[in-house]
Amino acid sequence: MDEKENIIISLQHVKKAFEGTTVVEDFNLDVKKGQFVTILGPSGCGKTTTLRMIAGFETPTSGQILLNGEDISMLPPHKRPVNTVFQHYALFPHLDVYDNVAFGLKMKKVPVTVTNRKGEKVTKMKHLSAKLIDEKVSHALAIVDLDEMEDRDVKTLSGGQQQRVAIARAIVNEPQVLLLDEPLSALDHKMRKDMQLELKDMHKKLGITFFYVTHDQEEALTMSDVIVIMKDGIVQQAGTPEEIYNEPVNAFVADFIGESNIYNGTMVGKKKARFIGGVWECVDDFPLNEKVDIVVRPEDVMMKKPGKGTVDGKIVSKIFKGVHYEFIVKVGKNEVLCRDTKDHEVGSEVSISVDPENIQIMHKELTVNQYTDAYINNNNQVVIGEDAFDCDITQLIPGSFVDADGYLVDRRDGKRYDFKDADVIAEIGLDQIDISDDLSSGQSQGTIIEMVWIGDHYQYIIRTDDEEDFVANSPYTWNENDTVSVSVKPEDIKLRLKKGLDEYVVE
Amino acid sequence: MVKTMNPGEKLARFNKKQKTKSVLQKVLAQCFIWIVLLVMYVPILVLIAYSFTTATNIGTWTGFSFDLYVRFFTIADKDAVEIWTALGNTLIIALTSSLISIILGTCGAIGTFYSKKRWKGIIENVTQIPVVNAEIVIAMSLTIMFVFVQTYIFGGANIFGFWTLIAGHVVLSLPFVYLSVKPKLQQMDPALYEAALDLGCNQRQALMRSVVPEIMPGIASGFLLSVTLSLDDFIVTAFTRGAGLLSGDKTIETLSTLVQAKIKKGPIPTEMRVLTALIFVVVLLIVVAITIYNNRKKGPKIRRGRGTK
Ligand SMILES: Nc1ncnc2c1ncn2[C@@H]1O[C@H](COP(=O)(O)OP(=O)(O)OP(=O)(O)O)[C@@H](O)[C@H]1O
Ligand SMILES: [Mg+2]
Repeated sequence: MDEKENIIISLQHVKKAFEGTTVVEDFNLDVKKGQFVTILGPSGCGKTTTLRMIAGFETPTSGQILLNGEDISMLPPHKRPVNTVFQHYALFPHLDVYDNVAFGLKMKKVPVTVTNRKGEKVTKMKHLSAKLIDEKVSHALAIVDLDEMEDRDVKTLSGGQQQRVAIARAIVNEPQVLLLDEPLSALDHKMRKDMQLELKDMHKKLGITFFYVTHDQEEALTMSDVIVIMKDGIVQQAGTPEEIYNEPVNAFVADFIGESNIYNGTMVGKKKARFIGGVWECVDDFPLNEKVDIVVRPEDVMMKKPGKGTVDGKIVSKIFKGVHYEFIVKVGKNEVLCRDTKDHEVGSEVSISVDPENIQIMHKELTVNQYTDAYINNNNQVVIGEDAFDCDITQLIPGSFVDADGYLVDRRDGKRYDFKDADVIAEIGLDQIDISDDLSSGQSQGTIIEMVWIGDHYQYIIRTDDEEDFVANSPYTWNENDTVSVSVKPEDIKLRLKKGLDEYVVE
Repeated sequence: MVKTMNPGEKLARFNKKQKTKSVLQKVLAQCFIWIVLLVMYVPILVLIAYSFTTATNIGTWTGFSFDLYVRFFTIADKDAVEIWTALGNTLIIALTSSLISIILGTCGAIGTFYSKKRWKGIIENVTQIPVVNAEIVIAMSLTIMFVFVQTYIFGGANIFGFWTLIAGHVVLSLPFVYLSVKPKLQQMDPALYEAALDLGCNQRQALMRSVVPEIMPGIASGFLLSVTLSLDDFIVTAFTRGAGLLSGDKTIETLSTLVQAKIKKGPIPTEMRVLTALIFVVVLLIVVAITIYNNRKKGPKIRRGRGTK
């Protein structure tokens, strides 16, 4: 009960579509009074649209926005006790600093009880008195440290000063919720850091609920009580900065917040996952053979003497970061980002281990087979595991062809590329893998380790001798532990380069 | 062999080139200014000079006198009365039509600015055609339209008069208002309108308090353009005018139609010289006043609601 009363704003199944394209999908969030809420997400994910719906500039296609329990989704902006700080400030150029800040107060009408000629008491809506407005404006300008500048033309102010005017203009109205749409994005780095602290301070002092939009994860982590991470209009995760950092619900969130190592993995036993060529103890229990995303934060990776950890690798780079060093350790074809306060030589062999509770395992929606450590061999074939598959490497450069020497030639500028040993990410659709009993007919072979009936077909997992898995759909029936061959048509293998094209130009 | 220059030499040459170029530019600019002044202001000065003599023909000086001014301000003088009436008509028409034009033009510009892309393009093109269109086409087509309206809606009763004339002038100046307001809208931060809504304005207040002040210079220059266009318009006036406005004559006479009518019969009435000289002086005073107003020093701001500190 008490909990409920504390909720100032509540978005319930809010959806917004523009001409058929959905921009925000099923947005649910309860915000408690006085919280600092940040919406974080990549460009175009619908952050501004969400904010504009709360401000009243857009109406939700469906769903409700409740303010103190009342539905305000259809209320026009001027009737909402909510104010916005716009990304590019939107100060009125024809007014000076003082009048910009006083703008909202001059519009405001408050009920006043007066006695009319007949001696009856009536309530009238009246503008605020000039004296009261002056007091409030002076106070707001003092909060943002601009009391000396009230007579200045807003056009003559610096970016940071304009930002402060915009904030003063909003908070002077004493809104219940303050909306801020990337308010610091136009400021330089130093200024931004200062303003972050000031905003946080102001939030504490004013006790207003802040609704903040940014695509800067650091800003979100340092300022917020609650972070909402969005992607393509869908909320991925909402929680405190610690929750989001330590327990990301999926690889997207992990990647977006902080630095992380993200790998494809497979569950190979009870609380055992295999990735980057090793089998790791973990604390999450997932079904056997399930494909999972693995996240390991760089600071949780421990570097040990060769043979002492779970997998061995070689240090390929080192950057000094002040308090610690940052290393990239190559383990097979994978790279592991790690931090250590101790120095290690580039080129030296190390072993890596991670405490089980620091390995985040997340369920993965399986739509394609993805092989992140594939490479191209001398015959322009792609090697997955240890097996070579014919493929169409001209897809790496649109409109190119392979010349007599095996180089790829770009028709547009005639540049030649050599992709031998190039690291690629190969993707094969589940429906594009043919399974056959004829072991000589495929490019690879393996044992069926799992099969599931999905509606009208089976989904098989075929594991090769070199521990690579192929997940394939097929209407035909095999049994577990059958040995089968796997074949894929060259045009069905999608390739992506890991490095830039420039790496492979032949002079 | 390629001749190489050291950097210093290069710089010197470059500077010299710049110098010769700037001298040439200066001369050209000066020539231009003087020619413009000569062509534009000498005739006016001559005119002013001849408003101080009674000679009927310009070119013969019959001695300095204030006679023309006296006559111009004499109520009994027939020519003077005609001119005053025409002047009154002209001003009423110019101000009324300009006022209507800036209201319609500003609304149109704001409307298209906030409307969908597809409509924007169409409206833009439609409004630009009258700007390049020959005035005679506008005049003729308007007349034909009015005749149609007269025949089919008013049952043949004459509708030509003050309001058809106003409509004609509005059509003439509307595109210019639109064109002078539009760039101001484009320079404006489109979020201003939303900012005003956010701060408690309803839609109408938000327009009046955030958008209109921003585009005021555009509206003002649109107004001045309309007034100027209307003041000396002849063709559209001639085609769309009807019964006299101030005089009760058969047709409305404006300055331009009056002058035209007079020239047909004989020399321009001498009082006209006085009028044009006076108009010039008035315009000059207005320009000077605006300049002074714009350059005035701003005094300390007065904040209502603040006691003395
Ligand atoms: N009025 C509109 N009409 C059509 N599409 C729109 C409209 N407003 C936004 N969109 C689309 O909705 C999507 C989300 O836009 P939004 O502005 O909310 O993104 P954002 O998360 O704020 O991105 P950014 O970080 O770049 O500001 C974008 O694909 C955008 O093109
Ligand atoms: Mg945005």
